[in-house]
Amino acid sequence: MIEPGAHIETFGVLAEFASGEDLIEAAKTARKEGYRSLDAYTPFPMLGLTEALELNDNRVPWLTLGGGIVGAAAGYLMQVYTNHAYPIPVGNRPLVAPQAFMLITFEMMVLGAVLAGILGMLLLNRLPRLHHPVFEAERFGFHAEDRFFLVVFGNDARFHEEETSGFMKTLGATKVETLRNTEEPE
Amino acid sequence: MSEAVDHPGSQRRAEGSRVTRQIMRIPTRYPGKWVWDLCFLICLCFLVLFLVSVVILFRNGVGVWGNTIPVNWGLAISNYIFFVGIGHAGTLISAMLLLLNEHWRNALNRFAEAMTLVAVICAGLYPILHLGRFWRFYWMAPYPNTMDLWPQFKSPLTWDFFAVLTYLIVSFLFWYIGLVPDLATMRDRAKKRGGQVFYGVLALGWRGSARHWARWNQSYRITAAIAVPLVVSVHSEISLLFAAGPIPGWTSTVFPPYFVLGAAFSGFAVVSMIAVVLRFAFRLEEIVTDRHLDLLGQLLLACGMMTAFGYVAEIFDALYAGEKQDLQTLFDRFTGENAWSYWGAVILNFLPLQLLWWKRMRIFPVTLFLIGLSVTVGMWLERYMLLVTTLYRDYLVSSYGSYAPSFWEWSLFIGMIGGVFLLPFLLFIRFFPAISAFEIKESQFEDQGERQGD
Repeated sequence: MIEPGAHIETFGVLAEFASGEDLIEAAKTARKEGYRSLDAYTPFPMLGLTEALELNDNRVPWLTLGGGIVGAAAGYLMQVYTNHAYPIPVGNRPLVAPQAFMLITFEMMVLGAVLAGILGMLLLNRLPRLHHPVFEAERFGFHAEDRFFLVVFGNDARFHEEETSGFMKTLGATKVETLRNTEEPE
Repeated sequence: MSEAVDHPGSQRRAEGSRVTRQIMRIPTRYPGKWVWDLCFLICLCFLVLFLVSVVILFRNGVGVWGNTIPVNWGLAISNYIFFVGIGHAGTLISAMLLLLNEHWRNALNRFAEAMTLVAVICAGLYPILHLGRFWRFYWMAPYPNTMDLWPQFKSPLTWDFFAVLTYLIVSFLFWYIGLVPDLATMRDRAKKRGGQVFYGVLALGWRGSARHWARWNQSYRITAAIAVPLVVSVHSEISLLFAAGPIPGWTSTVFPPYFVLGAAFSGFAVVSMIAVVLRFAFRLEEIVTDRHLDLLGQLLLACGMMTAFGYVAEIFDALYAGEKQDLQTLFDRFTGENAWSYWGAVILNFLPLQLLWWKRMRIFPVTLFLIGLSVTVGMWLERYMLLVTTLYRDYLVSSYGSYAPSFWEWSLFIGMIGGVFLLPFLLFIRFFPAISAFEIKESQFEDQGERQGD
């Protein structure tokens, strides 16, 4: 997890931008400037931002694939096992009949894939988490008018409270705020 | 926002904020509250009717229904297929059009998916109600038990259990993760403590982090890609419930595609009706535009014509095969005691539909609504026809019979439409954003980027 834990006092510097385009530009510049521990908060998904922050975490698709394989295998093997554990011989037809097993195998594959994908997404996002330092920021929230934020986390190697704040202002941020970690250090 | 007047995208942001306000005002400051209250009260009465019918059924067994020995499926199973079919349209509109990057879907997907959920719940109740010994419904699930018994996995009835359960879970999850970002907006806009806690818990602490969005997008799109073949599999499986039975008129190979298309057809009809009503009730003409009605009309027309092809193929099939009993079933449909259901289906499904060839008819809400209603009734008749006209005259004269639904079957069905289908849907409209605001804003943002890229 890239976000600073509770042991770092300063969570980061949060800057608000007037539009999505500005935010993408700012994220690109910050990356170029050497900041690595970055994140952004937007009211809707922005493909350009994913590219600007160079986020290339593909664990969700892999988890989905894994879930699908496990689901399909479990579905098929369940049918093989139960047909041996409680055989219902009908007119000398084979106990293990792959054609007849395919539908449940398919459904279990779908179920496994979707559960793994969605639960994996929530787990990797560390959600649900109802409390977070960013909620303490003055203007943070999902309101009628869209607000776009960029944050440099306090655990970034280049992080320096005043310098980073000044840098954010040069990027065209409309408001810059320092966020403290509100949880007690363990 | 006054300093940003000349800023690029400021006009789009103003538009986006208007969209959000328009959508979020429905659950926060409910307009036209007394209409909703009245509808809610009526639906509560239907729920009571439903519950009474269920209690009567459970006390007396399926004998209170009109089911007989050749026709032992009756209204229960035809309604089950009807409800699952309606549900499919929600998934198709939402998932298929998401993958095709059709941005107009964003004004329809949320309530279409909610419709899917309630429809699948209605559908799922029917086989349990039809069981007779309903308290043993869990015997369908494979679980280790002291009797050392397992379900018969080669039976389409067991496939059905897995298909519908999977479909219910997947539709719920797809709907819910699509709803979470808008729930976060509801949370931050809620003025009262109760609303803040309610939406806050449901929003799971969503904060719109870019990392979260990236993973969210991956799982949302992958789930959509999986949901499309899932729909096809679920309704094909239902057609196998028929095809696996040695009954004349049920063994046609056109059944799986015919069923899937018919399902989409009936579902799009219901989606059109809901879209027209919501647009009228909440003055959403800016969001659910004429273009949406136009496209819904086109979808309805296309699915309708493909379903019509299924009808023709079925007749051709029987005539071409020339099996005596298949021909008998065909003529029973045309002229037998249930011919009204066949001709009712043909007329209601395909005659008013032809009006949709004209654009003026597609974008006129009243005609679209009436055609949707006609198709919904027509597709209900089709399911009834498929079941009853084949079952009441089997191969053997000894198993000829007759079927007429009893009062308690009708009351259960009507109570279910009002109490189990419409009632939760009303609650959804009242308490959740019925249209996806953030996806509309996303597509506006992307459209702008594309225009600038030119």
